[in-house]
Amino acid sequence: MENNVEVKTAKLTAKDFASDQEVRWCPGCGDYSILAQVQRTFPEIIDVPKEDVVWISGIGCSSRFPYYMDTYGFHGIHGRAPILATGVKLANPKLSVWVATGDGDLLSIGGNHFIHACRKNIDLKLLLFNNKIYGLTKGQYSPTSEKGKVTKTSPFGSVDYPFNPTMLATGSEATFVARSIDRHTKHLQDMIKRVGQHKGTAFLEIYQNCNIFNDGAFASLTEKETKDESVLILEQGKPMVFGKDGCKGIKLDGFTPRVVDLTSGQYSVNDLWIHDEFEESPVRSAILSTFTETPGLPTPIGVFRQVFKPTYDQGLVAQIEDVKAKKGLGDLEKVLFGGNTWEVN
Amino acid sequence: MAKEKDVQQLSEVTVRFAGDSGDGMQLTGSQFSDTTAFVGNDLNTLPDYPAEIRAPAGTIYGVSGFQLHFSSEDIHTPGDQPDVLVAMNPAALKKNLSELKKNGILIVNKDAFDVKNLKLANYATNPLEDGTLEGYTIFSVPISSLTENALEGTSLSVKEVARCKNFFALGLMYWLYNRPIENTVEWIEDKFKKKPEFVDANTKALHAGYNFGDVTEAFTTRYSVEPAKLQKGTYRNISGNEATAFGFLAASVRSGLPLYLGSYPITPATEILQYLSNFKNFGVKTFQAEDEIAGVVSAIGAAFAGNLAITTTSGPGLALKTEAIGLAVMTELPLVIINVQRGGPSTGLPTKTEQADLLQAVQGRNGESPVVVLAAKTPIDCFYMAIEASRIAIKYMTPVILLTDGYIANGTEPWRIPSVDSLPKIDVKFRKEKEGFYPYLRDENLARPWAIPGTPDLEHRIGGLEKADIYGTVNYEPDNHHKMINLRAQKIKNIENDIPLLEVDGEQKGDLLVLGWGGTYGAIKEAVLKARGLGIKVSQAHLQYVNPFPKNTGEVLKNFKHVLVPEINLGQLAKLLRSEYLIDIKQFNVVRGLPFRVSDILEKIQETLGGKNGK
Repeated sequence: MENNVEVKTAKLTAKDFASDQEVRWCPGCGDYSILAQVQRTFPEIIDVPKEDVVWISGIGCSSRFPYYMDTYGFHGIHGRAPILATGVKLANPKLSVWVATGDGDLLSIGGNHFIHACRKNIDLKLLLFNNKIYGLTKGQYSPTSEKGKVTKTSPFGSVDYPFNPTMLATGSEATFVARSIDRHTKHLQDMIKRVGQHKGTAFLEIYQNCNIFNDGAFASLTEKETKDESVLILEQGKPMVFGKDGCKGIKLDGFTPRVVDLTSGQYSVNDLWIHDEFEESPVRSAILSTFTETPGLPTPIGVFRQVFKPTYDQGLVAQIEDVKAKKGLGDLEKVLFGGNTWEVN
Repeated sequence: MAKEKDVQQLSEVTVRFAGDSGDGMQLTGSQFSDTTAFVGNDLNTLPDYPAEIRAPAGTIYGVSGFQLHFSSEDIHTPGDQPDVLVAMNPAALKKNLSELKKNGILIVNKDAFDVKNLKLANYATNPLEDGTLEGYTIFSVPISSLTENALEGTSLSVKEVARCKNFFALGLMYWLYNRPIENTVEWIEDKFKKKPEFVDANTKALHAGYNFGDVTEAFTTRYSVEPAKLQKGTYRNISGNEATAFGFLAASVRSGLPLYLGSYPITPATEILQYLSNFKNFGVKTFQAEDEIAGVVSAIGAAFAGNLAITTTSGPGLALKTEAIGLAVMTELPLVIINVQRGGPSTGLPTKTEQADLLQAVQGRNGESPVVVLAAKTPIDCFYMAIEASRIAIKYMTPVILLTDGYIANGTEPWRIPSVDSLPKIDVKFRKEKEGFYPYLRDENLARPWAIPGTPDLEHRIGGLEKADIYGTVNYEPDNHHKMINLRAQKIKNIENDIPLLEVDGEQKGDLLVLGWGGTYGAIKEAVLKARGLGIKVSQAHLQYVNPFPKNTGEVLKNFKHVLVPEINLGQLAKLLRSEYLIDIKQFNVVRGLPFRVSDILEKIQETLGGKNGK
């Protein structure tokens, strides 16, 4: 017992979460930053013993993630990470189960598992590495690529409309919906912490640059000259202000968000949309999701929505305990010899 | 006062109830079965229902049937041809008449033979009047109106009264075959305990049917079938699907592992999910997943986390689970996949039986992807094979596919219930020690350690990419891949040392061996017994283990001049046997969505021996 206590109290560091495997993403890949922020934040946010942490993934560049974490890990098959993680969580609800996935993995082949994990509110942490391209198969358009994207399989431009991941998560009733960017390292750390603290399906979309097949997809959000103008950092209870020195804001006219100039004197911060991530209704999270599709509006990052409701895994365990209390512990002999029986002598 | 009726003793009877799919024929059949089991007959049943839940009333494709065979002797099939047909409407008569035995008893609901129903069943003239039924013993009973009369003054609607007619028919059959009605009365009281007016009406209809037989002049003879000489013990009637569910519950109890079932509803496997979802007080976790793939993948996750993980499905679902089963092969996790086979290809015949998924089970995955394949041979055998599948999966850290089929899944037979202590115990060894732990370091059975999340200091990663021998890290080296391919194959092959030898019933050497697998056991057994009755020398063997085969299979086959393999497919086991043992196999393949007829197999036995009767 004593030994046990000693081990548990030892403070973990980022290094404790790094496995002995050599990281093999392309040099310059945004995945490196995500891995680093996860390893940096984990000692702080993991409130269970390290052996209770499990990383699950599907297929794609992002899905190599579990190999680089010194936790239990399972590199699954394409699209199936959320449901593989669901099985792990339901089998042992005390585990902290994390999923690393990409836009093809989660939103194309795995779309069904994603929406149902959200619907059921299974206590999973889903990190979507969205680079808007198929990287591991070397550059085809993905379900998040913008319409007209020229790639190897769309030489004349893709005809598809893209999915809007935060809209999809919101519509599927995920209880936590957030977005961050690989190069906004501090913000990304904050978001990973928030994901770690949430009980229920926590969805974090991370814009991640694929410098080989889709370089600069998020340049306007990360480059010094443009990022202030194009990124809106959501903060709980605060008016939506962005732009150089906070010169602009978002005003909500009915359901329509508009950019207003805070320097002309016509509008002040008191006219702006005050962000409330805890609002029960998903409507404002949906409106925030439309920003990326609306010319002139900045891209929001931060927590879109966090609501609290019992998780599926809690419900399952509670039901089992309830039935045990009502019917008594299962007795196999009674089951086999139950029903209509008769004796042969 | 009616005069005393004669009672004639019979050794066996096959009865078929047929009516609209909304007429309650499955219920009538299963009640007759339960009562028949209760009076001590051996029995075997075959429900045969359409894929449509309520096809338009009166049509031929909406006919639902339930056949049961009961006897004072040991029996193994639901009977080839009924001795008695109960037809609740013209469509039921049209669909089933050709199978009724010559001189067989035909009980029809005369009231249903009106112009509309005759037309729906494509009868130009009324078969009750035009001579169609010559050669049968016909009882034309106005079942609908007699039921209405019996229920006069009830508060039930006209429609509800009409629904009681199956109990009238059941009561009449109870009288005719000398069975007590009390069991069914009790069942009605329990089933409708919240609706006393239904208890009253159905009980009245049941009594009315029974009394009608007693009183009416038309019935001069009753029949009686003596109890079978069954082994001493406590019995219950059980279907294959229920037995499968009980088997996994037992495996959970005997291994001490929580049971996890990830599944998606699919005919004819759904009932296993339904049964198991009742056992929450055993800690059973049933997860009704978003699709077939989710069912199996969640089970793989649960296996990784240390549960006894299973998934249930039927043919199309197995096809969808294919890639995931490959993942379980690569990650070497214990997993049981139950495939209740139905007619294929594609959606095929959802409610009918078939054995055409054997090659899919044995070989249907990408890459060299060996899994253990077991096949239950009777409804009861589903129970024991479920435990066996779990034992093998856990001991060898491998996926196991358990094949049953629509016939044994829905069919029932009396089961002498075993005591829990008599069931095999399943040893589970979770890896705990850090010293010397490598995720792919194998034990004497070539099984890798089961180190589950939550175990301190054993953090490791697995996945679908090729694994380095011993270490389990990702590895692309040619020689390592070759070695791992062979290790995975050898692990499965070695299981032949841990399963029973193939037993031959009859002479161990001779002219003819009839070899089957899975749910055809009963029909083959009865055909072989009948052949022996005709003086033919014939032996029988039956495979419950298809991959690997029992160690002595090749030897057994070589001891016979002819090996006849009846299968409800186009020769899938035959193909495997030929390629494994390089011997000549005589195939017998009938794929009608129905179990084999004993008479067909018997004929084939005679044909194979060139009419020499093997003498």
